[in-house]
Amino acid sequence: MELTVGPIQFFWRGEAWRDFYARLADEAPVDRVVLGELVCSKRLPFYQTEIPQAIERLQAAGKKVVLTSLALITLKRERKLMAELADMGLEIEVNDLTTLAYLPEGAAFSIGPLVNTYNEGTAAWLHARGAARLCLPPELPSNSVAAIAATCPAPIEVWGWGRLPLAISGRCYHARLHDRAKDNCQFICDADPDGRAVDTLDDQKFLAVNGVQTLSSACANAAHQVPGLRDAGVSSLRLSPQSQGFVELCGDFRALLDGRITAEAMSRRALPHAPGGRYCDGFLTGDSGVTWSQAGTGPV
Amino acid sequence: MELVCPAGTPAALRAAVAAGAHTVYCGYADDTNARNFPGLNFSRAEMEQAITHAHAQGARVLVAINTFPRAGDPGPWHAAVADAAAAGADAVILADTGLLAHVAQHHPDLRRHLSVQAAAANPDAINFYAEAFGVKRVVLPRVLSVQEITAINREIDVETEVFVFGGLCVMAEGRCSLSSYATGQSPNMNGVCSPASHVSYDEEDGALAARLGGFTIHRSGRGEAAPYPTLCKGCFTSGERTGYVFEDPSSLDASQLIPQLAKAGVSALKIEGRQRSRAYVGQVVRSFRAATDALEAGRPIPPGSLSALTEGQSATTGAYAKTWR
Repeated sequence: MELTVGPIQFFWRGEAWRDFYARLADEAPVDRVVLGELVCSKRLPFYQTEIPQAIERLQAAGKKVVLTSLALITLKRERKLMAELADMGLEIEVNDLTTLAYLPEGAAFSIGPLVNTYNEGTAAWLHARGAARLCLPPELPSNSVAAIAATCPAPIEVWGWGRLPLAISGRCYHARLHDRAKDNCQFICDADPDGRAVDTLDDQKFLAVNGVQTLSSACANAAHQVPGLRDAGVSSLRLSPQSQGFVELCGDFRALLDGRITAEAMSRRALPHAPGGRYCDGFLTGDSGVTWSQAGTGPV
Repeated sequence: MELVCPAGTPAALRAAVAAGAHTVYCGYADDTNARNFPGLNFSRAEMEQAITHAHAQGARVLVAINTFPRAGDPGPWHAAVADAAAAGADAVILADTGLLAHVAQHHPDLRRHLSVQAAAANPDAINFYAEAFGVKRVVLPRVLSVQEITAINREIDVETEVFVFGGLCVMAEGRCSLSSYATGQSPNMNGVCSPASHVSYDEEDGALAARLGGFTIHRSGRGEAAPYPTLCKGCFTSGERTGYVFEDPSSLDASQLIPQLAKAGVSALKIEGRQRSRAYVGQVVRSFRAATDALEAGRPIPPGSLSALTEGQSATTGAYAKTWR
């Protein structure tokens, strides 16, 4: 099984962004890195100049580099940006189907987790359209994953680690929480490098907001699902970046896939840096997304 | 301007038609449609009768088959499309890419509308669906301002339909799995959001806690109205702030924007609420038919008479005003 690093979902400015990809290139045992802006086009100018160097360094380290589209494309400026993305000559990860309209015939692309690939009919259509790889929506249960993987010739990836992207909106919740309009947000989402916690009135950890995106509070962790996902024909896991301990996490996942450590050990080691401080894997095999298959079996 | 009205039951469909609906939309009683609530929707026979009745009154019927087919089990969705075609539906409303491809191939003459659940939010996406699947109309997601809708209509050849009244999704439709995170049931996969089966109301220290999947979504004091715990309309705490983080418990009322929407090139106005009673449907449809008649006659839109019907008795024009964001 391979490892893909997904795009940074949060707003990290230039230096943090650059250092993250430098370490990833030099130290992380991963196969593929998807980078670029997924959530908010207003963030891009703060690290855009770093992108070419990051690509070069990752490629020199033998990693495949893929550029992500935005998750929700509405503005004229964003449409132009996506058209330019298609000209860069790298594989594009489509996270809004709009992006397909900009890809010239024969251009390499893959399908990201924010496209609604819920079944084999959609997977077949996307594959026929040229999709080289599909990362399935995190919401899919494992039997749906298996049904798609059984019929789709393209490699199938599932969400392996990180706060789950649960929704995208036209409204910016970071701006709203600061009584600002989206157009005058003053980029306050940079204060929360792993998202801003949204708890219930009973202090239950529940969600996190990240600009126009809403995420799970709990950190999805598919470590205990690896044997089942392998049997289903899944060929890679996606790890979503977090601000602390991410390179180590990549190493731990590699060790898990290679059978050098157990899922329990991996989960225990990674917990201190897991956003939200608790795990979930319920979308795959549980009654609801927030549930954790190992609940009640120990500290994690 | 076409008025597209909801019907969760044959009685609501007759009420909508009698109240002046140009078009009614409805779905089959299973998880092929995004309002898959207990006791709601149409059997095969009811759908056939409803379409015959509507056509006799000069109204059209659209069948919503707008959830995402379950992997490994596309049969119910394919059957729903075939049965809607056989029953004489004027169009089907679809969201799933694979299902759109299926209908374009196997039912090329059946008119295809793109559901709001596909969240096609810009001209390139809309043109893509038009070219790839022959979609004739797009229901626009509720993330766009009137100005943006105007710009979109300049760049596309298909019709647009927009929501003007009823429940308001804060998230891009079809791009939200908050409900399944908390309950295991979602609009995309099961046709339900924040399902009643996972709701509990618990009285605690004189307050009423409304919970969804065990998560407290709202707390109301004695004598206060306890709203239904729809996840994104809940009251939460984030840092120093406690309140409606995502959206206030209000619903959409864009009746006063109808002239602007007409000018923006919109073809049809949609009323949300297939889960609502036939009395509600009749009242809302009558009010909006008066509005579209006024529009056609060049008269001002009559002032709103529907405030008692909006959720939490407060209304918003949502994303149509850019400041909403």
